[in-house]
Amino acid sequence: MAGSEVKVLGTWASPFALRVHIALGIKSVKYEWVEENLEAKSQLLLESNPINKQVPVLIHHHKPICESLAILQYIDEAWPSAPSILPSDPHHRAVARFWAAYIDHKLFTWLKGVASAEGAEGKKVALDQVREGLVVVEAAFWKCSKGRDFFSGAGIGYLDIVLGCFLGWLYVAEKRNDVKLLDEEKMPGLAAWAIKFCQHGAVKDVMPDKDELLDYANMVFQAMPKLNGQCPS
Amino acid sequence: MAEEVKLFGKWTSPFSRRIEVALKLKGVEYEFFEEDTFNKSPALLNYNPVHKKIPVLVHNGKPIAESLVIMEYIDETWKHNPILPIDPFEKAMARFWAKFIDDKFWAIWPAVKKAMTSGGEKEREEGIEEAQLHLDTLETQLKEKKFFGGERLGFVEISASLIIWIVVSQEVMGVEILTQEKFPALHELTQKFVHDDVFKQCVPPWEPLVAYFKAQYWGAVAASK
Repeated sequence: MAGSEVKVLGTWASPFALRVHIALGIKSVKYEWVEENLEAKSQLLLESNPINKQVPVLIHHHKPICESLAILQYIDEAWPSAPSILPSDPHHRAVARFWAAYIDHKLFTWLKGVASAEGAEGKKVALDQVREGLVVVEAAFWKCSKGRDFFSGAGIGYLDIVLGCFLGWLYVAEKRNDVKLLDEEKMPGLAAWAIKFCQHGAVKDVMPDKDELLDYANMVFQAMPKLNGQCPS
Repeated sequence: MAEEVKLFGKWTSPFSRRIEVALKLKGVEYEFFEEDTFNKSPALLNYNPVHKKIPVLVHNGKPIAESLVIMEYIDETWKHNPILPIDPFEKAMARFWAKFIDDKFWAIWPAVKKAMTSGGEKEREEGIEEAQLHLDTLETQLKEKKFFGGERLGFVEISASLIIWIVVSQEVMGVEILTQEKFPALHELTQKFVHDDVFKQCVPPWEPLVAYFKAQYWGAVAASK
């Protein structure tokens, strides 16, 4: 399939755009990556996602698909050959979707909250909340993985991608606040999973370097102290 | 295998209602457990320990939570009368719009609740203004017929039915939020949910719903004085 039939509008630092990178990699789909400048969004982005004007956008046969979770499921359905991103059993799919919603609505919100929290006490509360969320996800990891390497089993799938895209930003929060969030003692499953995820073939070449991400975050938060911790996506 | 389908819900909740509509469209028999959200049952807390919220569908002992997740589960388990489109692109669009509607509702509803329960005139006005700001976005999208133009109930239509709860809150408070003048497309949509034989199964009976929220509202107003 020609590369220009599949285009991804994203930014290198966006965890949501990273999801799309990884999913297309799993399916061995060739695509053209368009690095967007969020300060000067391209006409293509504004036309493809007129409602939110955000990355990522997947454009397939000139049709745009927005919202990273909708994109992941689209990729699984448009390229149905193995490996699958979502499991085939409806109940397992529902469990995966449930935890994806938790990660996006709760965990990610709390992670953003760390950047916007004020004062030492505020930061502590925000960081504790992220840790609590990770403990909940740790339990989910054991239930889903059933002792195997990833949420999806032997290979990476939906939940691995949905959570794994935030590992760089978790590292940023840890370094900027001089704390441990993904604690090997409290979350041994997730800690081991994180290492394997980052080493996976579909991840390691597309995941942004975490120290580059840290430098970027330091620059962004320094320049705009009132920024409410939005990941640039 | 004999199917056992249980739904833990609340008749006044739009999210619970979505699931009932989906099950009815598929002709699936289910047992409904009415939850008192101020006094949650041990069963609910057991089936949804993470959020402790309704709706929860329990199918042959396995629980599923989050209304949009449940709706997709229903569609994938009972494949006749599809709720979601078959084509992957159309399906992605439906998922996008359902999420958009939910996100907007969760921006609008706290503003409406603030207006409904604050008891103070200033807070009420602020709540209404906030709600109308978000309704504007929904109106723009609906006007351009981006949502759906469907005559049949599908994923997006069922999701959009929660707009009725905004209309209910107007009647409860005796104020205008979603007016025909300001939001003609949304108003037309709400009329569908009230009058159309197919669409109106997405919402509970009107009078009892209004009465329920009126009791909550006046209770809160009295408490604030």
